[in-house]
Amino acid sequence: MSDPKRSELLVATGPNQPVATSRMRRADGILVLADGTLFEGELIGASTAAAGEVVFNTAMTGYQEILSDPSYAGQIITFTTPHIGNYGVNLADFEARRLFCRGVVVRELARRPSSRRSTGDLDSLLRRYDVPGITGVDTRRLTRLIRETGAIPGAIGPADDVARITAAAADEPGTDGIDLVSTVTTAEPYTVGGDGPFRVVAYDFGIKRTILRHLAELGVVEVVPASTPAADVVARRPDGVFLSNGPGDPALLPGPVAAIQELLGTGIPVFGICLGHQLLGRALGGDTVKLAFGHHGANHPVKDLTTGAIEITSQNHNFAVAVGSIAGVADLTHVNLNDGVCEGLAARDANAFGVQHHPEAGPGPHDSRYLFHRFLARMTSAGGRSAVTVGGSMSGDEPVGLPVPERGVG
Amino acid sequence: MPRRDDLTTILVIGSGPIVIGQACEFDYSGTQACRVLRDDGYRVVLVNSNPATIMTDPDFADRTYIEPLTPEVLARIIERERPDAVLPTLGGQTGLNLAMALYEQGLIGRPGTPEMIGADAEAIATAEDRERFKEAMVEIGLDVPRSGIAHDVATAVAVADDVGLPVIIRPAYILGGRGTGIAVTTDEVVRLAAIGLAASPIGEILVEESIAGWKEFELEVMRDRADNCVVVCSIENVDPMGVHTGDSITVAPAQTLTDVEYQQMRDDAFACIRRVGVETGGSNVQFALDPVTGRQVIIEMNPRVSRSSALASKATGFPIAKIAARLAVGYTLDEIQNDVTGVTPACFEPTIDYVVTKVPRWAFEKLPGTSGVLGTQMQSVGEVMAIGRTFPESLQKALRSLEQGRAGLNCDAAERQLAARVTDELLVAVATPTPDRIFQLGELLRRGVTVDDLNAACRIDAWFLDQLLAIVEERGALEEHSGPDELATREWRRAKRLGFSDVQLAHLWSVSEVAVRTARQACGVEPTYKTVDTCAPSSPPRRRTTTRRGRTRARSVRRTARASSFSARAPTASARASSSTTAASTPASPCARPASRRS
Repeated sequence: MSDPKRSELLVATGPNQPVATSRMRRADGILVLADGTLFEGELIGASTAAAGEVVFNTAMTGYQEILSDPSYAGQIITFTTPHIGNYGVNLADFEARRLFCRGVVVRELARRPSSRRSTGDLDSLLRRYDVPGITGVDTRRLTRLIRETGAIPGAIGPADDVARITAAAADEPGTDGIDLVSTVTTAEPYTVGGDGPFRVVAYDFGIKRTILRHLAELGVVEVVPASTPAADVVARRPDGVFLSNGPGDPALLPGPVAAIQELLGTGIPVFGICLGHQLLGRALGGDTVKLAFGHHGANHPVKDLTTGAIEITSQNHNFAVAVGSIAGVADLTHVNLNDGVCEGLAARDANAFGVQHHPEAGPGPHDSRYLFHRFLARMTSAGGRSAVTVGGSMSGDEPVGLPVPERGVG
Repeated sequence: MPRRDDLTTILVIGSGPIVIGQACEFDYSGTQACRVLRDDGYRVVLVNSNPATIMTDPDFADRTYIEPLTPEVLARIIERERPDAVLPTLGGQTGLNLAMALYEQGLIGRPGTPEMIGADAEAIATAEDRERFKEAMVEIGLDVPRSGIAHDVATAVAVADDVGLPVIIRPAYILGGRGTGIAVTTDEVVRLAAIGLAASPIGEILVEESIAGWKEFELEVMRDRADNCVVVCSIENVDPMGVHTGDSITVAPAQTLTDVEYQQMRDDAFACIRRVGVETGGSNVQFALDPVTGRQVIIEMNPRVSRSSALASKATGFPIAKIAARLAVGYTLDEIQNDVTGVTPACFEPTIDYVVTKVPRWAFEKLPGTSGVLGTQMQSVGEVMAIGRTFPESLQKALRSLEQGRAGLNCDAAERQLAARVTDELLVAVATPTPDRIFQLGELLRRGVTVDDLNAACRIDAWFLDQLLAIVEERGALEEHSGPDELATREWRRAKRLGFSDVQLAHLWSVSEVAVRTARQACGVEPTYKTVDTCAPSSPPRRRTTTRRGRTRARSVRRTARASSFSARAPTASARASSSTTAASTPASPCARPASRRS
């Protein structure tokens, strides 16, 4: 709470104030997709036009966590839940130091937030971080369209500028072939202190704070940039290496894949989540594929094939490890019951495992938190150090905000 | 885990006559259970005293007994039919109480007698006995309202002194909140304790810290034999604590919880169902949240299919009773298919992209001498459900589905009744929950009373009040037009999206409904129909449940459940964009037929 940068996240309006009435007319806005499909609405957030890959998220709570998740870099997020902004925004629920998504599409932005946890409203937050949005959109029609055609580039802007917005949508490359990780990773290494005995080096491909909170329970976490060579990681003498979530196509990250391959040879336990899991799959020699419209929601059933238990999971990814491609080098440990997508793998000849879904939740169900304990168990049995300086200081340019008391981990 | 082959005959207990607090929802659940159990090859024996139920149609069970629901009669049926198991969790409170009576007599749930499936005696006793329930919840670290039990009035007064007034007095083993009340003074404690002790079949009451005014939530939870748990639906009560859930306007999904708060509730609900020991099936877990401090307490859980399960099933497309019956005979959630998508398993949590509002229907006009004040004892005789893309739309649709002469929140002839009342008097009135409160709030907002002042007066969350204000402000904006011909497409769409019907607009402008419709259609604004698809529509539905927006009950149940909402037809709109919002109304009378299946 002492980090002055955290106050940047505060939104100026204050808690639970009415921010709109029906008399207050917003500017007419449009969302145009790359195929020319046009949706009408009213503009919210920053008064700029924006283009990005349009995806949808079906979670019914947690819009603030979703908006601030760096994995949405380059994307315009459509919320299928119609009422968004109801409980405002607050300091504790940020997943990153700022918003990385390109735009927001909602059916109905709340006129007035109401929650004791709220310190500001969503519209102001979007303006603060220069993210435009559009409300009043027929999000069901949009979602059906994405479901049928796949994630598609699009652009948001004023309704009287159809030609320019349509051109922007057509020119938008989407996320294919774009290195988005470099836009979200930390510039400098930093450390967050923890209570456990271990030292974890975490690759930041777009790491969420909730993950850091969980890792910090295991010990000291040294967060390093995505481009960090394996030798630098080994020099930090970690008990475990964590590969974070992040945006975009894992095939565009040969550097991190090579570094992971090197780390796999050291015997240090490795744990990957989401993009980190995909990079692990590639480092093991597997392939990754792009899904039609990805998994973005908080209700995906995943079966843990090692126990038979089913967990309801939080998911946010467009790419996945091709199940057949890891045969022989890794075991499939988790599978999505909806469509059979690979949700988890464990290397056979290296001390490494990963999951495609988000055990840290933030937002979403807590069913998969045991995976952090599996990481802990691997570090323990690998003979992790018995004594580590606990309570390392926070440094670097990331106002990570640990610990946040309101968000219990366990 | 596959279906249990060690069972052949299963006894299903129905819920008996329609009474306040236990109506057709248990015919709905029992009918579904009978059907799936028979489909799975079990011999189903059904007992229900109510012949006006679907489940007692000869097709639904192998043997149907229309007999009084008493332990003696059930004992004879058990002796004659020799069932392997009794399924007591689909017949409401009647089913549970009968099963417990049979268990006490050693006729079921003991070695050599029929097994209790769904929930065993231990689980039922833990959930139903308030003191045991509270102890169990404290044991697993959940917060509960402070309280104590009493078997006589003097003890009740002592407990009330201890936890502090006001207190709520709840009899053990009761249905629909019968004999429950809030006592603000010691005199009231004495009076209500006596009533409560008399109402409880075991002469026991719980005297509890009042949490009236807190926000109230319910979670519909399913659990299978392999200990997989899912939340089917969250429900938020618009009316704060102090009004029985059956008498509250409720909304699904919850609208004012952050993810942190919701996930805490979800974790607690799972911990609760596991501790209580409901091994398979559905349970309803209720929570209260102090809007000022954030303190969250667990209030109660029903270890059975409940009134809210029927709402949650229709709201989400997840057939709770049907799946509960299959779980009871050994299936696990991942072995059961999601009927709607046809390709994904039932082991998931529905996600919806619309708002479902339930409004209770009272019949105080038929009950002379009643006060018309709502409290902790359920008084409504039915309810309507409406689906809209937003809360204002679904609320207005629900209000006009009540068939009480209202066309919505306002803009109808009945609204004049409130115009004569002075503001101060209305401000006092809204502190007391009544069937009229929602309309009184609308009137006060129209007169310029602020959301904050109303929140202070009635403690309904400011978000809901602001949504009412959106309706009221829209009415003001529409009033500035002199007639339907002045509206542009954009304005039509805005009015329709806030749930204004052509009838309301015709009233507002003193023109005919036909004139409104003609002008609207000239602007290209037509209703659309949306499907209840369980997944906000991230997978294509195979079976559709749609409910047509309709003012009459007869028209409200369709082969497919969908609901209408209005939108201007966009030039590139997909021809298949049928989507809808629902007003399936079941006022006062029993039996919405279960949605029929379409191949």
